[in-house]
Amino acid sequence: MTKSSLIEKISEKAEGLTKKQTEVVIETVFESIKEALTKGDKVEIRGFGNFKLRSRLARKARNPKTGAAVEVEPKKVPYFKVGKELREMVNKV
Amino acid sequence: MTKADLADKVYEKVGLSRKEAVDMIETLFESMKSILSEGESIKITGFGTFLVRKKGSRRGRNPKTGVEIEITQRKVITFKPSLQFKAIVEKV
Repeated sequence: MTKSSLIEKISEKAEGLTKKQTEVVIETVFESIKEALTKGDKVEIRGFGNFKLRSRLARKARNPKTGAAVEVEPKKVPYFKVGKELREMVNKV
Repeated sequence: MTKADLADKVYEKVGLSRKEAVDMIETLFESMKSILSEGESIKITGFGTFLVRKKGSRRGRNPKTGVEIEITQRKVITFKPSLQFKAIVEKV
């Protein structure tokens, strides 16, 4: 499912909202999560999961084409930890 | 940041009441949960993909007692951030 089909689906459930408003709501939510993480904050959505950053250490890697060794700098990557409720939900049925 | 803070952001941005903003946040995450529970992945352009992956059954061991048990097949959810998302947090 893509963002646009998600917007469609939510739109059907959101009484009194235009499709455009629903779209802005969804955009705002995902933009806000990204923004929070860029500020070093973490995001906790009860029952769904948490978003936070994880650190990756510097490492030596190789350019697969030339074989030249390159130093990869330490960096942060987005990490999502699935909430308990959702983790259990996917295994029901 | 929690659901309440997300609702505030939505309240500021969209012409909704606070109550409506809170309800929308609930509806969004509840819908995503039910979609994923049905085994369907969700791709949010510019953000990332929530993937439902099937894991086969395997033998495991209770690390405390050493007793071998069968770990049944199950589904897990993983999140693959978009390249853009990865790029903006790299240097945080």
